[in-house]
Amino acid sequence: MMLTKNLFKKPGNPLEWYDGHNKNSMPDIPDQMCISCPQCKAILLTGDLNENARVCPKCGYHFRMNARQRIGLVTDGDSFRERDAKMRSSNLIGFPNYEKKLWHARLESGENEGVVCGTASIGGFPCALFAMEPYFMMGSMGTVVGEKIARLFEYAAANSLPVVGFTVSGGARMQEGILSLMQMAKTSAAVKRHGEAGNLYVAVLTDPTTGGVTASFAMEADVILAEPGALIGFAGPRVIEQTMRQKLPPNFQRAEFLLEKGFVDEIVPRRGQKEYLANLLSMHQRGNGHGSV
Amino acid sequence: MEAYDRLAAARAKGRPTGLCYIRNIFTDFMEMHGDRRFGDDKAIVAGIARLCGMPVTVIANEKGGSTKEKVRRNFGSAHPEGYRKALRQMKLAEKFGRPVVCFVDTAGAFCGISAEERGEGQAIAENLTEMMALKTPVISVFIGEGGSGGALALAVADEVWMLENACYSVISPEGCASILWRDSSKVKEAAQCLKMTADDLLRLDVVERVIPEPADFSEVYETLKTELYHSLVLKKAEEIPALLQKRYDRFRKFGAT
Ligand SMILES: [Zn+2]
Repeated sequence: MMLTKNLFKKPGNPLEWYDGHNKNSMPDIPDQMCISCPQCKAILLTGDLNENARVCPKCGYHFRMNARQRIGLVTDGDSFRERDAKMRSSNLIGFPNYEKKLWHARLESGENEGVVCGTASIGGFPCALFAMEPYFMMGSMGTVVGEKIARLFEYAAANSLPVVGFTVSGGARMQEGILSLMQMAKTSAAVKRHGEAGNLYVAVLTDPTTGGVTASFAMEADVILAEPGALIGFAGPRVIEQTMRQKLPPNFQRAEFLLEKGFVDEIVPRRGQKEYLANLLSMHQRGNGHGSV
Repeated sequence: MEAYDRLAAARAKGRPTGLCYIRNIFTDFMEMHGDRRFGDDKAIVAGIARLCGMPVTVIANEKGGSTKEKVRRNFGSAHPEGYRKALRQMKLAEKFGRPVVCFVDTAGAFCGISAEERGEGQAIAENLTEMMALKTPVISVFIGEGGSGGALALAVADEVWMLENACYSVISPEGCASILWRDSSKVKEAAQCLKMTADDLLRLDVVERVIPEPADFSEVYETLKTELYHSLVLKKAEEIPALLQKRYDRFRKFGAT
């Protein structure tokens, strides 16, 4: 697969373990030239890392990646057509400082909201596609994220399209209170209808996928894939440590752990995702007399 | 009353728990145990009973009364097998045309190693999709605490009712204060901001009905018995596709523009 440099024009945000919802813990160093790999400690040039799909060339560690980089990586050429690009959240329950947080999130991510949705082709096969945005409040699910995802599944159902979705999320967006919780039910409803009409849904769980997103559309796919090393769980590790009053085993809640426990179908490294997805879509073409009709 | 006072009432020692509602509203309750996959989660009680003579499926969070009982019930925080047990009973309700009544009272799904390794997220997610398409009427009543996804997993219903002092929230105010403000003293403020009381949720269209709590609590049971019966009889008369469309629309409207 060819990767062009200009796919990764956007400076990647580095590495820092991002804890929950606090924006302050993530440093914003756009011009950083070098990054140290948290797994093998190798010093990598940011440019080289971006050219390598933000995977450490030395050890295969998967660095975090923004939504448009992901879409660029798996879709064909300029086939991506965005939907509902302009939808923006407002402060529905009057939560203190939420407007300011939204403003910062837009600035930091360059996106209007925490998910990018649209249609595209992958290896020539058309699909509806969503990619959550880690640099927008850690892909937390508020009403707009829920609405965009529900609309995408409804559009895909109306057009008999498969859905491919990349998840990354700290969970429900608490600044929208109960309305963010309702998005779990809303997206699940749309996923269910899309599936009942015989359409394929493939989820790719990336680091981290937690909370309300795990407990809704991330775990509802027909095929659930995960990136190597991705943290995937309902409760966050810190909450569990507090509950259990013990240290967690090293690979606990990692993609490999979920594979072992039977909750993901396969771990697919980033470099192989496009080919893997194309093959999967090709085996689920509707009306070709082979797959589902 | 302030939001935090409501929450304190919802959590108060001695407040009736799930089994009290089952005993006082229904007759002939037969408890059905186990998820047929892993085990029997005592944080959720499920079974069959009669409501004014009509067979229904009843599912309830049970926090336990005494300390010993609380521990046995894991304080009402369910593992995946609890949600799977509930879903199994709901599927049987669908098969036999029984309406479903859920009583929600949980601080949240259990956050621990055992729950994670058995797929807490997957279990909740499956309840959301399956309840959304369940071909029989469902009414969920919040009787105490309603904590996040663990509460929603019993509340994808045609109608959601709340007791006057019950709460329902995306996160506990303690969690909100510590994660968002790193300040555990701001719990009361968080409770206010989250809009978690029955009145708030009625205004936000998240619940259809608030059940008053008079000094004599037996009136709550009487009200619920009558109101549940009448509502379920009406819903049973509806065509299933219309019922399911309304349920879809009920949740689809939140945040739709
Ligand atoms: Zn490395």
